[in-house]
Amino acid sequence: MAIPISYNIRNLRLRKGLTIMTALGIALTVTTAIFLMALVTGLNKAFVSSGNPLNVLVLRKGSESELTGGFDASLFPTLKTLPGIAKDSNGEPIASGEWVVVIVLPRRDGTGEVNVTVRGMMPSGLEMRQLSGPGDHPGVKLASGRWFETGQREIVVSKSIRDRFAHSNIGDSMEFGKGAWKVVGIFDAGGSAYESEVWGDVNQMASDFDRLGAFSSAYLRATDPIAAEALRNRVSDDQRLKLEGFNETDYYAKQTRSGTPIEVIGYVVGFIMGIGSIFAAMNTMYAAVAYRGREIATLRVIGFSRPAILTSFVLESLLLATLGALVGILLMLPFNGWQTGTSNQVTFSEVVFALRITPAVAGYALVFALVMGFVGGLAPAWHAARQNILNALRS
Amino acid sequence: MTLGSFIVRNTFRNKRRSLLTMISISFSLLLLTLMICIWRSFYVDQVAPEASRRLITRDKVSLAFFLPAFYRDKIRSVPGVTAVAPMTWFQGRYIDDRPEHFFARLATDPDEYLKVASDKITPPDQVEAWQKDRAGALVDVTLADKYGWKLGDRVHIQGTIFPLNLDLTIRAIYHRDPPQNALYFHTKYLEEGVPWFKGQAGWYAAQVDSAEHVAEASREIDALFHNSPLPTKTESEKAFQLGFVASLGNVKAFILGICGAVMFAIMLVSANTMAMSVRSRTREVAVLKTLGFTSRRVLSIFITEAVALAVAGGVLGILVAIPVIAVMTRSFIGLGIPLDMRVSPPAAMLSLMIAVILGIVSGYIPAQRASHMNIVEALRHIG
Repeated sequence: MAIPISYNIRNLRLRKGLTIMTALGIALTVTTAIFLMALVTGLNKAFVSSGNPLNVLVLRKGSESELTGGFDASLFPTLKTLPGIAKDSNGEPIASGEWVVVIVLPRRDGTGEVNVTVRGMMPSGLEMRQLSGPGDHPGVKLASGRWFETGQREIVVSKSIRDRFAHSNIGDSMEFGKGAWKVVGIFDAGGSAYESEVWGDVNQMASDFDRLGAFSSAYLRATDPIAAEALRNRVSDDQRLKLEGFNETDYYAKQTRSGTPIEVIGYVVGFIMGIGSIFAAMNTMYAAVAYRGREIATLRVIGFSRPAILTSFVLESLLLATLGALVGILLMLPFNGWQTGTSNQVTFSEVVFALRITPAVAGYALVFALVMGFVGGLAPAWHAARQNILNALRS
Repeated sequence: MTLGSFIVRNTFRNKRRSLLTMISISFSLLLLTLMICIWRSFYVDQVAPEASRRLITRDKVSLAFFLPAFYRDKIRSVPGVTAVAPMTWFQGRYIDDRPEHFFARLATDPDEYLKVASDKITPPDQVEAWQKDRAGALVDVTLADKYGWKLGDRVHIQGTIFPLNLDLTIRAIYHRDPPQNALYFHTKYLEEGVPWFKGQAGWYAAQVDSAEHVAEASREIDALFHNSPLPTKTESEKAFQLGFVASLGNVKAFILGICGAVMFAIMLVSANTMAMSVRSRTREVAVLKTLGFTSRRVLSIFITEAVALAVAGGVLGILVAIPVIAVMTRSFIGLGIPLDMRVSPPAAMLSLMIAVILGIVSGYIPAQRASHMNIVEALRHIG
């Protein structure tokens, strides 16, 4: 017969100080692990939710990113007339030749300068991004101000850029290229990778950086998912173009490797702190067993089996760990949605993302704590179950 | 029995408890020592003298823009500058995209590069061979060991940024402390294969004759190009590398946060153990007091015990940190940032001092309880 769990709960409550301190120790480890996991989750979400399955991105063959993908602008008319491209209200194909560059902007809080992606696009490009796609792909929305005008030195910035960088409010001027650019609007990209970008007119940008006559990339809007697939193959297979088509969502999904350094640090830190916590939990459980030598012997005399005692103590340790995990999760919850940035390993520019404590992250944290509790509790529980009844009763 | 040995015996009386506490503390201090070392190598350590005299000149706006070739001669004309080498980040792909196959691949001018990077020790005959072979490569010895490359071996690198695949022959192998996983090849090779790149370079690395001239030279270089279409930003090599670290995010806050969590964890563990220890020795404390030990004495005995445990854990943690750091230095270079990380005596001292302070703080409350115990009550205590 199993020992009722209320016995363990009462015991934990009896030694309040010990329980709280051990649980707090586990909670600290869990907090650190959650923090690092939430960072990676937020970063991955920024990339995975980016792009639209109907958008086909065109780069120079062999290139992996827009920053290194330049091709001659004379190829664009050919691209524009490919079949399967959606038409706008005027019957024009929705296709945009774009120019992407990385510039250095000072952080608002004065902690240095960071690379930010600036994208020059055609009016079609702006239209394409505002269209929502199939499934969970809402379009980009204007949060305040207005969109930039073609032929003007105007830019629109994302909400996170405005929050993180100096001179990025509506009416401000940003200095890059050959002079000042007026910020006329703020857009909301819903946490996607566009959230880390500044947009303006492609011709203005290209002339500012002496790159007229070339595009970094082109975006084509397909009528439907099958057309998108066909369009992508068509671009890649055309030997004259020497270009390659990508599904925009795939392109961004590949960039999730930017989270690798954080992930590696997370594993190392979590592992070391976890081991420290296991020993701390073991200590507490050994103490619990030592105090209750006579109690355990009595339980054995009443008729509880050795496996029942073992299970009971492991369970107590798991309870302790669960308590720690809950405290850790509660401690971290206020940080959910907290924004930060890291370097995108594909474009070398900063990608802004939010900390995300998803149910999966909380679940992993709980499992992590339970593993600590189990490993820490096993040896003391084994010790308790193996005690000699007579000696224990006499002590 | 002296007071010292009394404390030592008591500290390790319950062997299992002391051992578990020690191990737990040692893992926390291991992490703390790692963080201190990373912090030191990023923000405190001074670089080697020749590296501190090396300047990097790049486009002011972004590393993604190339600088024209004539900038090199202009930089050379700045007083104090002794050598200038063009550098271009080739990136490329070796074997596949997995991170373990990532290392820096840079195009430069072999005739001048080793004058700038004088800390790369290369046999003169190999240098000559590299300079003569336009498709030759210079590689780090650790990188050569990793892939089993020998002089004369062929290395094929697929182009990503540049539409050119490199077919290189290893002509020279350099030693550098700390190692830096990098491969260097002729910028001429790149220019021939990629016509639009001709007459350009990613950035320039310049050597300055003395440390006093560094600040002045970097200002003068930037002044040269101030009003040109492509203004430059010149900074020390260390600052240039720190720029990459900074781009990973708020690294300082990150490290401090982890340190804070770790220190708090140590305090909890140590306080816990001391509380258990005091509780199980309630009667003994009363006996000590009957013998004439003052409350202060008892307090100091228990605090010293806590400190002894923390220090023992600390020493263990630091000893483990030494090999761990050695491994990390080698893995960090995979990210292209050479870091000279080791557990230096000041770093070890700092960790130990933190251990001592945490021992005192964590031992205080349990010790306070022990020292203020009522003798009669405590003697009656069964436990």
